[in-house]
Amino acid sequence: MTSTDTEPVAYPFNEAASLTLAEQYDRVRDRDGLQRVRLPYGEAAWLVTRYADARLVLGDNRFSRAVAATHDEPRQSAGRLTGGLLSMDPPEHARLRTLVAKAFTVRRVEKLRPAVRELAESLLRDMVEAGPPADLVDSFALPLPVGVICKLLGVPEADRPRFRVWSDNALSSSKLTAEEFEASRNELRAYMAELIAEHRKHPADDLMTALIEARDAHDKLSELELVDLCVGILVAGHETTASQIPNFLCVLLDHPDQFARMREDLSLIPAAVEELLRFVPLGVGAGQPRYATEDVEVGGTLVRAGEPVLVAIGAANRDALRFDDSGRLDITRTDNSHLGFGHGVHHCLGAPLARVELQEALRALLLTVPGIRLAGDIDWKTEMIVRGPRAMPVGW
Amino acid sequence: MTWRVEVDRGVCIGSGICAGTAPGVFRLEGERSRPVQEEIEPQEAALDAADSCPALAITLRTESDEIVGPRP
Repeated sequence: MTSTDTEPVAYPFNEAASLTLAEQYDRVRDRDGLQRVRLPYGEAAWLVTRYADARLVLGDNRFSRAVAATHDEPRQSAGRLTGGLLSMDPPEHARLRTLVAKAFTVRRVEKLRPAVRELAESLLRDMVEAGPPADLVDSFALPLPVGVICKLLGVPEADRPRFRVWSDNALSSSKLTAEEFEASRNELRAYMAELIAEHRKHPADDLMTALIEARDAHDKLSELELVDLCVGILVAGHETTASQIPNFLCVLLDHPDQFARMREDLSLIPAAVEELLRFVPLGVGAGQPRYATEDVEVGGTLVRAGEPVLVAIGAANRDALRFDDSGRLDITRTDNSHLGFGHGVHHCLGAPLARVELQEALRALLLTVPGIRLAGDIDWKTEMIVRGPRAMPVGW
Repeated sequence: MTWRVEVDRGVCIGSGICAGTAPGVFRLEGERSRPVQEEIEPQEAALDAADSCPALAITLRTESDEIVGPRP
């Protein structure tokens, strides 16, 4: 075991306006022990970059998310996201998660596939009708997941311009002060509370109504938990997918041979989506640190009780000890247990829905605009914790 | 009374949610879940795990073969 009690290095490593994995990760991954890092805000942390270590930290209950609330959690923004599923540990976490888990199982989500397919195709038909060039984000990548999650949760899609701003702020990195961050979150909570009041008067066949019933009839959660759960589903339910759709297209345009193979054989799409989830490091850097609740050895470093550990998913997904030819995109890769949706109790609740949306998005693109290409420079999001185009001009 | 725990390893995606939610009941082996024991005392954590599995790979049955989890 090495005692790597060195000075922390500045983090995050990844460049915001790109989809590359910073070279620093390769150096850190190949070295014994864990790297000390310091983020713009909060205390120093250990950084995990290897696949096996990532699974250990994310999957072991000796690492806690709830404990972060009592620490100066390492983070990229001045404000901090508190409340919601990601700040809870089992068994409290299970109490809330089980209320919504049913809506996102593979079986339930497969039933949504025809509607997702139709929405994807109709958005692209409209885009083609309006003629090139088009902004793929505004005309397709954003309205697809937003349309799906709004309907599922029970949020009026016409409110998209309003909640878009709050949602962006919730995932912003450096641009907001702690006060602005807090104010934006309170506005989003107030908006959601209004929608909940509306649903109480007029129940509907949607997830919000089901959650209200869980609170009002069965007292399974508090009013604030109800609000935060709905906020979490709305924000997490679209931003990541809306970023990954153009991200995946960018990567495929960089790999024209593999893109061509998908065009010829649409049955390659599901495996291609898994490979793209592995290959594209979505985040600027690791977030949501796990706090050790006792001393635990991780990758040759003794993490002491009370110390935070950050897990760099993008780096773990390129670990050559787990993935052959790990730096190469291979849409036919098998045995691809990537960590793109995380691991353990906080494994992405919406993963089955995200898969369906990403698969259907690629299918619709391949069928409707097979000759799609970039028609100008991509405008990258630079002040968000997730990376992706803010606008992506395309022709076809 | 006991429950029988089954994990369909062909369906399991190895999310690790069950092992985190009910560590005494499930563990990961080769990136897939497996019951720690075939029979367990009835418990809420096992039901939560069955309910939370995104792949619906977990089934809990009573001795009389009645399915108790995942809950409908």
